[in-house]
Amino acid sequence: MSERHLPEALAGIRDDFLALEQNERLQLLLEFANSLPELPERYANHPDLLERVEECQSPVFLFVEVDDADIVHVFVTAPREAPTTRGFASILAEGLKGLTVEQVLAVPPDYPLTIGLTEAVSPLRIRGMMGLLGRIQRQVAEKSAA
Amino acid sequence: MAVERDPSPAFAAFAHPERLVSTEWLAEHLGDPGLVVVESDEDVLLYETGHIEGAVKIDWHTDLNDPVTRDYVDGAGFAALVGGKGIGRDTTVVIYGDKNNWWAAYALWVFTLFGHEDVRLLDGGRAKWEAEGRPYTTEVPAPAAVEYPVVERDDSVERAYKEDVLAAIGTVPLVDVRSPEEYVGDRTTAPAYPEESALRAGHIPTARNVPWARAVAEDGTFKPLSELDAIYRDEIGLKEGDDVIAYCRIGERSSHTWFVLTHLLGFQNVRNYDGSWTEWGSAVRVPIVKGAEPGEAP
Repeated sequence: MSERHLPEALAGIRDDFLALEQNERLQLLLEFANSLPELPERYANHPDLLERVEECQSPVFLFVEVDDADIVHVFVTAPREAPTTRGFASILAEGLKGLTVEQVLAVPPDYPLTIGLTEAVSPLRIRGMMGLLGRIQRQVAEKSAA
Repeated sequence: MAVERDPSPAFAAFAHPERLVSTEWLAEHLGDPGLVVVESDEDVLLYETGHIEGAVKIDWHTDLNDPVTRDYVDGAGFAALVGGKGIGRDTTVVIYGDKNNWWAAYALWVFTLFGHEDVRLLDGGRAKWEAEGRPYTTEVPAPAAVEYPVVERDDSVERAYKEDVLAAIGTVPLVDVRSPEEYVGDRTTAPAYPEESALRAGHIPTARNVPWARAVAEDGTFKPLSELDAIYRDEIGLKEGDDVIAYCRIGERSSHTWFVLTHLLGFQNVRNYDGSWTEWGSAVRVPIVKGAEPGEAP
């Protein structure tokens, strides 16, 4: 993974996970799950605007905005009974917050493999997070090209 | 030292009513000596958000699977795992979980490979417990470890390998418990699940398609015997004395059907092919049929 492209917030989250024992990593993931922001009203009432993330086992929907200053805003929703997926979404939403299009597109696609969760959560489940990141980047690319 | 069985009339008609407990029964027996409640979910964090008081967690992937070989833990690994959860060889184990007990049934099946005698499912799983407004706690119990004997897994009775399935085509009824889309060959994974598990799509020749969820009623409990008979005996023609092999994508949904056929309907020789479509759909030169018809043995 190319360290120089990793945004500071994502690097910080990774370091926080790696500093913990396996079991504590699950607790931190749960904290992320619990702090996933609610959708803003304009999306909460318009599920049709959201894209479904097929790589996740639970119904996850996301929407990406690129504002006039080329700053990316990520909105994700996942049900309460899918805390792992909520945790993944929350990590990405927090880690990508306030970044530019260029910075988001430069995030290495294998970031989810590097945050020390493959053992605690299993590689199979981590693929859901990679799918989420890939779709965010694709939407960002599409929307910034428009 | 087994805990008494649930005498619910709802279970009486099943071949092995002692394999089920109701939510009422469990609520009354929580904390009974000799009983350990186990939660097993698809979502590895769900237990942490809240679980039945005193329940321990066993994860299908991180606990029951070997981390290197595609196989289950061995006798020593299983003994260390369950002994550490306070489960002894004669403990009554009640397993429940999310998604209508998919993963709970899978865990129960793995317990069975190790010959653990008294292992039961909570009928209706997490969904029913929640629907009834029963409480959860986030407090994780710290059971005293007990000595569980090292018993080697016996894969010869309840487990089928790819070679067994190849030899069974045309002679042993095969039940494909995946979604119709997967069976027909439109996709390799359940709708809304990642499309990444197999290189080819379709089903094993002669297999009949009975999606696992057809055994489940609206409230998440198992359907009554008469309805199960109508599906598995009348509709796809399973007969007393039949050997049966069930499969899905990775063996979890077919554990659920294995439970139904073995413990509710009383079939004696039901095997779960845990390699399932993630193995078959990527294996070289095994026969595959596409479309809605079961197809012929090659």
